[in-house]
Amino acid sequence: MSIPFPLPDDAILARRDEILAGLAPLLPPEALITTEDERRAFETDAFTAYRRVPLAVALPTTTEEVSAVLRFCHEQGVKVVARGAGTSLSGGAIPQTDAIVLGLSKLNRILDVNFPNRTARVQAGVTNLSITEAVSAEGFFYAPDPSSQLACTIGGNIGMNSGGAHCLKYGVTTNNVLGVRMVQMDGTILDLGGEAMDAPGYDLLGVMVGSEGQLGIVTEAVVRILPMAEDARPVLFGFDTSEEAGACVAAIIGAGIIPVAMEFMDKEAIAICEAFAKAGYPLDVGAMLIIEVEGSAVEMDAQLAKIIDIAKQHNVRVVRESKSAMETAAIWKGRKSAFGATGRLADYICMDGTVPTGQLSYVLKRTGEICAAAGHRVANVFHAGDGNMHPLIMFDVNDPKSAASAEYIGLELLKLCVDAGGCLTGEHGVGIEKRDLMRYQFTEEDLRQQMRVRAVFDPQWLLNPAKVFPLDGRN
Amino acid sequence: MTQLMQRLEPQSEQEACAIVKQARLDRWSLAIEGGGTRAGLGRPVPADAVLSTRRLTGITLYEPAELVISARAGTPLAEVEAALAAKGQMLPFEPADYRALYGTSGEPTIGAIAACNLSGPRRIQTGAARDALIGVRLVNGEAQAVKSGGRVMKNVTGLDLVKLTCGSHGTLGLLTEVTFKLLPRPQAQATLILDGLDDERAIAAMGSALSSPFEVSGAAHLPTGHDGTGAQTLLRLERDDVSLAYRAQKLTDRLAPFGALRRLEGEVSAALWRDIAQVKPLAKAHGPAIWKLSLPAHKATACMRAISESLGARYFYDWGGGLIWLAVMPGDDAGALRIRAAVAEAHGHATLMRAPDDIRKTQDVFAPLGAALMKVTSGIKQSFDPDGIFNPGRMYAGV
Ligand SMILES: Cc1cc2nc3c(=O)[nH]c(=O)nc-3n(C[C@H](O)[C@H](O)[C@@H](O)COP(=O)(O)OP(=O)(O)OC[C@H]3O[C@@H](n4cnc5c(N)ncnc54)[C@H](O)[C@@H]3O)c2cc1C
Ligand SMILES: Cc1cc2nc3c(=O)[nH]c(=O)nc-3n(C[C@H](O)[C@H](O)[C@H](O)COP(=O)(O)OP(=O)(O)OC[C@H]3O[C@@H](n4cnc5c(N)ncnc54)[C@H](O)[C@@H]3O)c2cc1C
Repeated sequence: MSIPFPLPDDAILARRDEILAGLAPLLPPEALITTEDERRAFETDAFTAYRRVPLAVALPTTTEEVSAVLRFCHEQGVKVVARGAGTSLSGGAIPQTDAIVLGLSKLNRILDVNFPNRTARVQAGVTNLSITEAVSAEGFFYAPDPSSQLACTIGGNIGMNSGGAHCLKYGVTTNNVLGVRMVQMDGTILDLGGEAMDAPGYDLLGVMVGSEGQLGIVTEAVVRILPMAEDARPVLFGFDTSEEAGACVAAIIGAGIIPVAMEFMDKEAIAICEAFAKAGYPLDVGAMLIIEVEGSAVEMDAQLAKIIDIAKQHNVRVVRESKSAMETAAIWKGRKSAFGATGRLADYICMDGTVPTGQLSYVLKRTGEICAAAGHRVANVFHAGDGNMHPLIMFDVNDPKSAASAEYIGLELLKLCVDAGGCLTGEHGVGIEKRDLMRYQFTEEDLRQQMRVRAVFDPQWLLNPAKVFPLDGRN
Repeated sequence: MTQLMQRLEPQSEQEACAIVKQARLDRWSLAIEGGGTRAGLGRPVPADAVLSTRRLTGITLYEPAELVISARAGTPLAEVEAALAAKGQMLPFEPADYRALYGTSGEPTIGAIAACNLSGPRRIQTGAARDALIGVRLVNGEAQAVKSGGRVMKNVTGLDLVKLTCGSHGTLGLLTEVTFKLLPRPQAQATLILDGLDDERAIAAMGSALSSPFEVSGAAHLPTGHDGTGAQTLLRLERDDVSLAYRAQKLTDRLAPFGALRRLEGEVSAALWRDIAQVKPLAKAHGPAIWKLSLPAHKATACMRAISESLGARYFYDWGGGLIWLAVMPGDDAGALRIRAAVAEAHGHATLMRAPDDIRKTQDVFAPLGAALMKVTSGIKQSFDPDGIFNPGRMYAGV
């Protein structure tokens, strides 16, 4: 395990009692967590190989409390790490020992649903899925659907600019958020955007989304809600080889068809997910696509006919349509529990690079070769329509050599994505995981420009400071 | 400096860097110009020289099967659109062409489209220019070539500077290359028209259409009609033939409580939406100042009522009511005080899109920002362009 953390600031550690005493009056008593046992619950996120117990945990209940805590920490030079549900896969929410964690879990109310304007105003700690649940009776939904949607928060989604299976058609978080209320490190409360389609001045909301808790802390968001399609139907397409499946994806898009989702699974992933979800996935194929179409029965039939035609030109072996709501649910359950199901078999790390879809076949082939050469099993399950790969590299956590080699290979695969014309992360964020690879994708000038923008919001680098930018060369 | 308004026309990003480096040494400011078609947009720029993208042209990457195109910033929009049309694709956000509005005749460039973040009627369905822009290269005020984003559809690597530059009106740097994601061009389109609705009913009808599963890609209301006949509420569907017929019928049924719907198809429908994208219903008349109001749709009619009480205005709604185009006689302040008050009440903002120079010199063109936002805004400007070389004062004093 080789990702370094910055050395903790001894002066802050020495002043811990004083800092806690200063925080206490700013929060309700139960909202400040100080005991070792309770703090330990916040020591890591879903990137579990790394952990640090924070100085304290603050769980504010209002924007004003967030502001008061930040203002105090700003005065005292205390670092702050924002945390939603802690499902980050890149270590974005992992604290450091000289920082406090600011958790948004108590800001969990849906404040207003505005159907005439097709927007909802929610607090940052609201879970992704609960937004859809709040509007589904009226035929609406919140579009970005990360597989973690039951747990992850809208604040975390904004932090990471999260995506999901249905983003091919509906876009990712940044395309579905119209405004945020946020607090800067010095306690200033800012409203970026709002309920209108755009806002005056620079697109500060645009740079806030995906900023991984480094520019400010979101306390409220205004999101777009969209009308649900009349109906939706996922169809399974089995191929002998990943190459054929990859080429089929490119051909579908090239033919001007954008299905609402196109998810890819290789043989290993199919076996793992089928064992878990009993979704009726074909076990005797080399690769599978889940392609979902939407609309009325007539429209879905017409679009499917075109897709099946194209698939036939790519030697599709199995075509299996969902025949019922139950089958549809099972098909998606299998896909959305891919990480959990893999986790039952082995420890894994999940990479998240994106490549041009034309490079999918090549990158898949190289991924297999690289993992095999190092003796790691790998399952590939990912958003094929937008080229966002998710190789799950399996390893044995009790064997330090295996863990180190998995980590090494993961980074090699990310470099492969950049070499193929893509990027290090499509939706999971840089966090600590890819921080030291940033120079592989960006020049020094690129990074410095980003860091200067970061410094506009947080000149002292107190917000989630160990993330995203390589530790050396900051100033 | 001696030669006022010298034109600088780099042929490469490298040359652009050299120009900016020199400008920095000589303390020149530079007005960035693409096609010069939006010369009337923004505050007038008092600059020492024009930095033009006229020679920075050419499509650098087009992968139809990956729905992505990159072009140098000075590439005429028409060239990009022709290349896309040949493969049955399009820029999703329906880039607006404001030549009619400004009475200019240059060729709009793809770089200026990115710099201005101006989107047409389809914005409600497929997103704004800022949603489609996935990569930029730019030269900042320190004469460094900087990239952000890339050519892939999903990318959260580092801060999203692409969004910051989109809509920065050339105040953060010279865009040298831009990359957009694309959509397949729909095979067919139709416009459903409701006649004679008042504003309130029209917004409700558009709201109903936009809350339906039928993916309405344009929703506009013209209170005095397109051809001066009377109020028209327009709803656009863009689909393949099978789907279009089905959805037009479903939508007609759904909106029956608002009246009988007429239907326009094909090129007639397309021409109508081109006019709306180009603000033709108001652009024709020279003289009046033109405002663009962006606000929550459910507050649109109340806002318009407040404005009409004190100002003689012609106007129409787009984006289902989320956008109001407004023409007023210029007067001293082009109605700024009353319009800004009414739109603020509605939690929206107003941009003065067209007005004589003397008004744009004294009135804010973009809605003024509060102190905290202005501080961040000035900081961002500083972080890209510490010496204030590019388009000084185009958006705000000092920005
Ligand atoms: C007779 C005359 C009248 C004028 N009247 C006006 C006036 O009414 N209002 C006014 O503001 N100026 C006016 N000007 C100034 C002149 O138009 C400016 O030189 C120019 O900066 C405006 O940009 P543009 O017209 O080229 O914009 P466009 O090319 O249409 O571009 C629109 C905006 O995007 C920016 N932009 C374009 N390409 C890029 C790029 N690659 N990277 C970054 N930013 C880009 C531009 O700077 C501009 O802000 C006038 C000049 C003359 C000679
Ligand atoms: C099983 C599993 C499946 C997943 N599937 C997907 C998927 O399909 N697509 C996808 O994109 N991601 C996926 N993820 C990753 C993860 O769920 C997302 O990144 C999610 O958005 C994180 O939300 P969170 O509330 O858990 O945030 P956290 O993990 O707590 O924080 C994430 C980042 O955001 C910052 N942050 C949190 N709250 C705020 C706030 N209020 N203001 C400012 N910054 C804040 C944090 O500092 C941190 O940098 C998955 C994770 C798991 C474990």
